[in-house]
Amino acid sequence: MASDQTNAGHEAEQTASEYIQHHLQNLTWGKHPDGHWGFAHSAQEAADMGFWAIHVDTMFWSLLLGMVFFFLFRSVAKKATTGVPSRFQSAIESIVEFVDASVRDSFHGTSKLVAPLALTLFVWIFFMNLMDLIPVDWLPWIAAQSGISHQKVVPTTDVNATLGMSVAVFALIIFYSLRMKGPGGFISELIMNPLNPKDLGMPVIFWPFVMAFNLILELVSLLAKPVSLGLRLFGNLYAGELIFILIALVFAAGSGYIGAGLQALFGEHIPAFYWVGAALAVAITLWLNLKGKLPTKRTVLLLAIELLLIGGLAFAGGQLMHFGWAVFHVLVIILQAFIFMMLTIVYLSMAHEHH
Amino acid sequence: MNINLTLILQSIAMMIFVWFCMKFIWPPLLKSLEERRAKIAEGLAASDEAEKALAAAKAEAESFLKDARNQASQIVDQANQRGTQVFDDAKQEAVAEKQRQVSAAEAEIQQSANHAREELRQKVAALVVAGAEKVIEKEIDSQTHDALLEKLIAEI
Repeated sequence: MASDQTNAGHEAEQTASEYIQHHLQNLTWGKHPDGHWGFAHSAQEAADMGFWAIHVDTMFWSLLLGMVFFFLFRSVAKKATTGVPSRFQSAIESIVEFVDASVRDSFHGTSKLVAPLALTLFVWIFFMNLMDLIPVDWLPWIAAQSGISHQKVVPTTDVNATLGMSVAVFALIIFYSLRMKGPGGFISELIMNPLNPKDLGMPVIFWPFVMAFNLILELVSLLAKPVSLGLRLFGNLYAGELIFILIALVFAAGSGYIGAGLQALFGEHIPAFYWVGAALAVAITLWLNLKGKLPTKRTVLLLAIELLLIGGLAFAGGQLMHFGWAVFHVLVIILQAFIFMMLTIVYLSMAHEHH
Repeated sequence: MNINLTLILQSIAMMIFVWFCMKFIWPPLLKSLEERRAKIAEGLAASDEAEKALAAAKAEAESFLKDARNQASQIVDQANQRGTQVFDDAKQEAVAEKQRQVSAAEAEIQQSANHAREELRQKVAALVVAGAEKVIEKEIDSQTHDALLEKLIAEI
């Protein structure tokens, strides 16, 4: 149960599952079944819109972060000096060099596109993933204050965003396959692999069957590329986001629990003197420590007890869990951005190669 | 979780960002990186060269110094030699001078001694004669006795 002291729920009567669902719902603008265009006010309305709908929050945050990427790197690129670089320029350049080295290692061919593509994907996806580390309630709360009902701030937790990117990569794969191998080469790659009827010395009459078999296998592996690329990123980030939401929920429920205890003690309204007294107790403890009259060890213990009494320990616990998961999640964020970039490079390298 | 138009918009957005990156970000950054790499390589080569030049200059300076030291020691040797020579010459000259002066003095002494002896002899002769005159109390023939007197003086 979320109490009204939490910043989790802006509606007092919100159950845990409602809280989670609310956090997982995009702000959708689209065509209502009755034909007019507008925002969806519930998950059902959003689902009813079908294909003709736009997740405004996903687009807003991804475009914003893409622009942050662009202007950040552009500002360095514009005044890039060959002399002693500034610290910021060094940081940007180290990312560029890292991407450049990855491309050189994995991409066997010449292309003006692949390296910038890899850089854009890596940094952009990293930025989008980074939004996950902002406490889950902050931006939605601000949005709610300004009258926006739903807000999902991590674009990569929207399957549309990740699949959108992987589909674009898929288009590039097809484009480069056709350009490097020609339509004939591309098709023969699809139907003459992995079982080559010519090499196996089969009678011509069996060839269509073998080719059909090959085509099925190859089409699956070809289509699996964009799907796995997009869903991997989405799945990782969605799961991470969900855990942050659950932690926020636990923190909210925890303080609600202690809040309920206080209500049992004081009734519906906790009197002001309780909060004033609690604040004074904490202040006095800290002041005594500052004056050197109280050893730090005992101060920490005393503060813990006071906070527990006040009901803030749940708050501290929630923050600790949030912090712990965030530390772990930082790895996920970078790793997923890197994996997306690397696989894109590898797929495009494969599209460039002849078999 | 609905697949919708967002997917296509996201694809388009990605294409645009990639194009921007390809056009405005990647080339200048990589160019500056390459240029800096070339510059650093150049600098390193130059520093290598400078090191070599420094070593050569050091060796040259060393040889110059060695030459100078040799020359200096030669000069000092020569000067020493010359000094010794001058000293010896002066010494010899001084010795010769001394010899000369000593011999001159000796000659003078000899001369004055001879002179004095002659004078003394005359005076003694006169005295002797006077004495003998007194003793004999008569004029003696000085001419007869001169020989005798001469012998007497020679004995003095």
